[in-house]
Amino acid sequence: MFALLFALLHRILILCRKELLAILKDPSSRIVLIMPVFIQSFLFGYAATYDLTNAPYAVLDQSRSAVSTELIAKLESSGVFHRVANLTSEHEIAEAIDSGEALLVLQFGATFEEDLYAGKAADLQVILDARNSNSAGSAAAYINAIVGTFNQDWRRDHGGGEPALNIQARSWYNPNLETRWFFMPSMIASLAFLQTLMLTALSVAREREQGTFDQLLVTPMSPTEIMIGKAVPPIMIGLVQSTIVMLVTLHWFKVPMAGSFVTLYLGLIFFMISSVGVGLAISALSANMQQAMLYAFMLIMPLMLLSGLATPVRNMPMPIQILTYANPLRFAIDLIQRVYLEGVSLLTVWHDLVPLFVIAALTLPWAAWLFRHRLV
Amino acid sequence: MPENSIATAQVDISQHSFRAFMRRLFALTRKEVRQLLRDKSNLSIGLLLPVILMLIFGYGLSLDVKNAPIAVVMDDASPTAMEAVVGLQLSPFLSPLMLTSMQEAEAMMLAREVDGIVRVPSSYSRDLAAGHASIQVIVHGAEASRASIILNYLTATLAQQGSRSADRLGGISQGGLGYINVESRLWFNESNTSTWYLVPGLIVLIITLVGAFLTALVMAREWERGTFEALFVTPVKPVEILLAKIIPYFCVGIIGLAMCLCTARFLFGVPMEGSLIILLFASVLYLLVALGIGLLISSVTKNQFMASQVSLLVSLLPVFMLSGFMFDLRNVPMAINIIGHLFPATHFMSLIKTLMLAGNVWPQIILECSILIAYAVLFISLARVVTRKRLD
Amino acid sequence: MNTAGSAVQIEGLHKQFLDKESGRKIVALRDINLAIPAGTISAFVGPDGAGKTTLLRLMAGLLRADTGSVEVLGVDARRDPQQIQDRISYMPQRFGLYEDLSVQENLDLYADLHGVAAQDRVKRYARLMEMTGLAKFTARPAGKLSGGMKQKLGLACTLVRSPELLLLDEPTVGVDPLSRVELWEIVEQLRQDEHLTVIISTAYLDEAERCAQVYVLHEGEVLAHGTPQALSDHARGRCFMALQQSRQPSRVLQAKLLDNTDMIIDAVPQGGDVRFILNEHTQSDAPALQEVLDGARVEAVKPRLEDGFMVLMRAKLHQDKAAVEASLAAAASLSNSSANAQGPASDTSDEVMIEVRDLVRKFGDFIAVNSTSFAVKRGEIFGLLGPNGAGKTTTFRMLCGLLPATSGFLQVAGVNLRTARADARRRIGYVSQKFSLYGNLSVMENLEFFGGAYGLRGKRLRQRIATVTEQFELHGLERTPSGHLPGGFKQRLAMAVGLLHEPDILFLDEPTSGTDPLARREFWRRITALANTGVTIIITTHFLDEAEYCDRIVIQDAGELKALGTPREVWVQAGHSASSPLNMEKAFIDIVNQARQAAARSEQEVAHA
Repeated sequence: MFALLFALLHRILILCRKELLAILKDPSSRIVLIMPVFIQSFLFGYAATYDLTNAPYAVLDQSRSAVSTELIAKLESSGVFHRVANLTSEHEIAEAIDSGEALLVLQFGATFEEDLYAGKAADLQVILDARNSNSAGSAAAYINAIVGTFNQDWRRDHGGGEPALNIQARSWYNPNLETRWFFMPSMIASLAFLQTLMLTALSVAREREQGTFDQLLVTPMSPTEIMIGKAVPPIMIGLVQSTIVMLVTLHWFKVPMAGSFVTLYLGLIFFMISSVGVGLAISALSANMQQAMLYAFMLIMPLMLLSGLATPVRNMPMPIQILTYANPLRFAIDLIQRVYLEGVSLLTVWHDLVPLFVIAALTLPWAAWLFRHRLV
Repeated sequence: MPENSIATAQVDISQHSFRAFMRRLFALTRKEVRQLLRDKSNLSIGLLLPVILMLIFGYGLSLDVKNAPIAVVMDDASPTAMEAVVGLQLSPFLSPLMLTSMQEAEAMMLAREVDGIVRVPSSYSRDLAAGHASIQVIVHGAEASRASIILNYLTATLAQQGSRSADRLGGISQGGLGYINVESRLWFNESNTSTWYLVPGLIVLIITLVGAFLTALVMAREWERGTFEALFVTPVKPVEILLAKIIPYFCVGIIGLAMCLCTARFLFGVPMEGSLIILLFASVLYLLVALGIGLLISSVTKNQFMASQVSLLVSLLPVFMLSGFMFDLRNVPMAINIIGHLFPATHFMSLIKTLMLAGNVWPQIILECSILIAYAVLFISLARVVTRKRLD
Repeated sequence: MNTAGSAVQIEGLHKQFLDKESGRKIVALRDINLAIPAGTISAFVGPDGAGKTTLLRLMAGLLRADTGSVEVLGVDARRDPQQIQDRISYMPQRFGLYEDLSVQENLDLYADLHGVAAQDRVKRYARLMEMTGLAKFTARPAGKLSGGMKQKLGLACTLVRSPELLLLDEPTVGVDPLSRVELWEIVEQLRQDEHLTVIISTAYLDEAERCAQVYVLHEGEVLAHGTPQALSDHARGRCFMALQQSRQPSRVLQAKLLDNTDMIIDAVPQGGDVRFILNEHTQSDAPALQEVLDGARVEAVKPRLEDGFMVLMRAKLHQDKAAVEASLAAAASLSNSSANAQGPASDTSDEVMIEVRDLVRKFGDFIAVNSTSFAVKRGEIFGLLGPNGAGKTTTFRMLCGLLPATSGFLQVAGVNLRTARADARRRIGYVSQKFSLYGNLSVMENLEFFGGAYGLRGKRLRQRIATVTEQFELHGLERTPSGHLPGGFKQRLAMAVGLLHEPDILFLDEPTSGTDPLARREFWRRITALANTGVTIIITTHFLDEAEYCDRIVIQDAGELKALGTPREVWVQAGHSASSPLNMEKAFIDIVNQARQAAARSEQEVAHA
C-alpha cells in the first residue's frame, strides 16, 4: 500500500519535473513568463488610475475680480488643476474643450463678485469635457468640494459663523481612496491568471500536435496522474508570478498588507487549481495549439472584464452577475482584496473558496477523462 | 514605328504580369478566406468575441454609481434626525437601508453588502440646534473611485439637508450672505454615462484584436507548420503573400467595425456628432496599422505562442492600459504618458472619441490621421521587408 | 549560360549554419562542385545530415551560399532567386499542406500559383489522381489523410505543372511501393516528353539506380559521383549470394555474416537467401568464410548501386574502423545475454502474445479496418504491410490502446490495453512513426523521464540508462536536446526509450522511413537480436526487402487483411511457385492488385445486378 503510494508520487514527481523542464528550458519562454508580469505590474500600478491627478483647465473670467482670483488660487493650490489658457470670449470655450487642451472651463460672469457681495448666489459655470466621463465626474466633484470650502470660509468671514453641521467622512481600508490600492491587489490574481490559463491550455494541445501525447498514454501513467502532473507546474509558475506582483505592490507601490500571507497563499492556491482546471479542459478539447490558444483567449477576455477588476460586479445586471459564478477570477479578486486590504481571516472569506473548489472539481476530472477519450 | 511596337510589347508584358499577379493574389486570398472560414477558433475570435465584448461593455460594465446600498444607523430617532437623512432616499444614486445598531452596519460593510455607513448620533437634534452637530460618514475604500463618488454624493446630500434644518432651527438666515453656486455642464455626454466613453474605445479594441492579435498568428502558423517552404518556390512574390493575408482580415475587421458602430448607435444610443465618413476613414487607417503590427510580429517571431504573447504585450495591453480607453492618460506620470503616445492606438482612441462624442475637430483629425498614416506606412513596409522568401 | 547543357552549375560552394544553442558554426556543405546535365534525372544519396536538403534548398534559392556560386538554369541563385522560383518546381522533404483545405483545393492553389491553364488541368489532374490514388478523397481535408497520402498529395501539388527543373527532396518517404512505381513512371515520362531535368534526393537506392547520375554525399562533401553503373563497380567482384540449404529464416545467416566485420562489408536477406559483400582482402573461398557460411552455397552476383554505396560508406568510415565494429557489436550485444547467440526463430515459444479477432474500426461511414484477425507468438517479428491508407497505423493504434476498436476481440499480453489497468502497459514499448519524444529536453532527460514513467528509479534506472546508451551508442550526446539530434540518432533514442523498461512486446511504426541503408542495417541487426531474446516485435514498413527479416507478415489493403503468413507463404499466396526466388516487392504489388481487381469486379457485378 505504502509502496504503491510511493510509486504514484514518484510518477507524478517526474512528470512535474519534465513539464517544468519543457517549459523553462527555452530561454524565450522563460522571458515570456517573467518579463510581462514585471512590465504589467508597473504599468498597471502607474497607468491604472481613476484618480484625478492632472486636470488642465481654462478660465473665462468676465468679472476680473479679487474673489474669482482667490478661488482660482485655491484651485491651483490643490495641485490637481493646471491652468492652460485664459480665454477672452465665450467663442473660445468650444475650441479649448474640443481640442482636448482643457478638461474644463471655468466661466465667471461679469457680475460674479457683485452678486456675492450683494448676498445673492453668484453663478460659477463649469463646462466639462465628458468624453471621459470618469475624469469629468471626478473634476466636477473636486470643484464642488473646493467651492464648498470656499463658501464655508466666506460665510465665517462675513459673519455667518461656523456651519451647524459637520460631516465627518472616513474611508475604511483605503484612507486616501487611491485606485492603486484597489487595483494592485487584484493584479496579484489577474496577471497570473492570464498566463497560467494560456500555459495550461497549450500544454496538452502541444503534446497532441507534436505526437508526444501518444507516447505518454502508452506508459503506465493513468490519466489522473497525467492530469496532476500537468496541473502542478503551471500552479507553481502562477504562484511565482503572483509573488512577483505582490512584491511590487508591497515594496514599490507601498500598498500595506493588512492580512496574513498564509491566508493569501491558501486562497491563491485554490484559485490556481481552479484556473488550471479550466485551462486543462480547454487543452483537452482543442485539436491543436492554435485552437487552444484562441479559445483560451476568448475565455480570458470576458473573465477578466467580468471579474470585478474593471468595474464592480454589483454594478452588473443580474443575469451577468449570475454568470460570474463560473468565473474563478471573480472570487479570487474578492478574496485577495479582503485579505490584503481588510485583513480578514479565512473564516470570513471561506465562501469565496467554495465556487473555486466547485469549478476545480468539475473541470479537472473532465479534462482527465478527455485525455483518453477525445480522438483528434 | 519600331519604337511604337516595343512600347506595345512592354504594355503587353506589364498587362500579362499584372494578370498573373491578380491571378496569384486571388488564389492566395481564396486560400486564406477558406482557412479563415473553416477554422472555428479564428472566426469566433474575429466575429463572436466582438459581440460578446460589446454586450459586456454595453450592459455588463458600468463605472456609474446607481442605487449604491448605504447603511443608515439612526441613534437619534427624532423627526429632525429623520429629516437629515431623507435626502438620501430621494437620491437616484443611493439606496439607504435603515438600521438601528452600528454593529449590524459594520458587519454588513465587512460583508460588502453596503458601500457605506451614515451614522446619525443620538445627540444630533440637540447639537444641531446648538449649531455644532455632526454626522459620521464611512465608505468602503477598497474600490477607490466608486468610494469617492459615493462619498461625494453622501456629503453633498447630507450637507444640503443639514444646513436647511440648521437654518430653520437656529433661525440664522442664509439670505444675508452670498455664496458661489456651481453650475456644471457636461459637454459631449450630458448624462455622463460610462457607456458613452467605453463603447467608442471598444471599437479600437476590436480592430486591434482582429488586426494585430489574430493576424499575428497567421504568418507564424505557416512558419510553424512548414507550409511556406513549398509556397516560396513558386512564382509567388512576398508582396502577394502579405496582401493575401491582409485582405481577409481587413474584411473581418470592417465587419467588426460595422457591428460596433451599429450597436453603439442603435443599442446604446451613443451619438455620432462628427462625420461618419471621416470615422470610417480613420478606422481603415488604424486597421491597416494593426494589420501591419500583427504581420510584423508574426514574421519576426515565426512561432504562434511567442507571437500571441508579444502581440498581447504590444497591442492589446496598450489599448486597455495606455490609450486612454479606461484610464485617462492625463492622470498618469509623464513618462507613462509619453510611452502611451508612442502607441498608435492612443491616437486613434482620442480621435474616435472626439468624432463620436464631440464632432469634427479639424486640427485634431488632420494631426491624428497623419500620425496613423505614418504608422501604417511604417509597419506595413517593415512587414514587407522582413517577409523574405528565404529560410535562413 | 556559360556551360551549355547544364541545368545546375555549382562551383566552390560552402555553407555553414550557426547553432543558436551553443553559438558554434556547423558546416553543412564544403567545397561542392557539380554540374547537372539538362534533361536527365540525377540523385543525391547519403546518410542523414549529409547535406542533401541544404543543397536542394540552395538550388531553390531558399538559402544563400556563404561562398561559391550556384547557377540554376543559367540564373545566379544569389542575384535573382525569384526568376529561378518562377521556373522550377520543388517538393520539400516535409511538404506543408494546408490541412484545413481539401485535397482538391490544395491542388487548385498550386495550379493557380503556377498559372496552369484550365484546359491543361483536366488531363493533368486525372493523371495525378491515378498516380496517387487520391481520386476518392478529393473533398477530404488534407489534414484527415494518412501520413503516406499526405506525402503523395504534396507530390501531386509539386507536379501540377511541368517546370524546367524539378527538385524532389525525399519524395517517397512513407510512400508505398505501388505509388512509388507510379511516381517514377510520371517523372520518367515528363523527362522524355518535355526534356525536363530532375534532381531527387532519396534514401532508396533502387530509385537512385534509375537515375542517369548519382551523387553520394557524406558530411557535407560529395564522396563520389557517376552513373549508377560506375558506382556499383566499386563492389565489382565482391558481391555474392549465399544460397541456404536449411529452412531457417535467412536473417539468421545474415546476422552471422554481418557480425563478421573482418571479412564482410554488408549482408542482407534476399529472396530467402543472403546477399553479401566481401572486403577487398577476402576471397570467396576463404576457409574462415566457409565456416561462417555453414554449408551454404556461394554464387557470385552482379553488384547493385546499393552494394557500391555500402562499399563507399564503409571505406569512408574505415578511417575509424573501430567505430564500425563497435556499432555492429553494440547492435548485436542485445542478443549476447541470450544463450543462443545465433538464436534461430525456432526459439519462438507457442505462447500467444497478441490476439486479434474480427477487429473493426470505423470513422463515421469510413471503415478503416475491417474484420481483421491474426495472432502473434512470443519472440516473433511480425510485419504489417500495406499501401498508404490501408489501415496499418489504425490497427497499430488499436493494439497499443490509443484508439478504441469499434468491434471485435483484441488482446495484447493477455489484456485489452484500452481498458486494462495502467500496469499492463508496462509490458509494451512503443516507437511511433514520427519522432515523438520531447524535443527540447536532452537525451538524458528524456531517458530519465520515460524510465520514471515506467516505474524505474534509483540504481535500477541508472543501470538501464547506462545499458541502453551503450546499446544505442548515445554516448556523448546525453546533454544534447533530442530535437537537435540528426534523424538517425532520433530514431535510436526513440528505440532506447521504447526498450528502457525491457518490454515483452515492442511496437514499431515505420521505423526505417527515410533512413539510409547503413542505418537500416544496424537497425535490423538490433531487431533480430532483440527477437532472439524473446521480445515480440510488431513492425510496419514500406521497404519490402525488409519483410524478409520478419517471421510472418500481413498485407492489408483498404482496411482488409489480404495475406498472412511467412514471407514465402505470402509469395505463394500471390500466385507464385514455392521454389521460385522470393521477391517481396512483386508479391506485395501482385496481392494488392489482385485484391483491387477483385473488388472492382464485384462492384461491377453489383452494378449489373
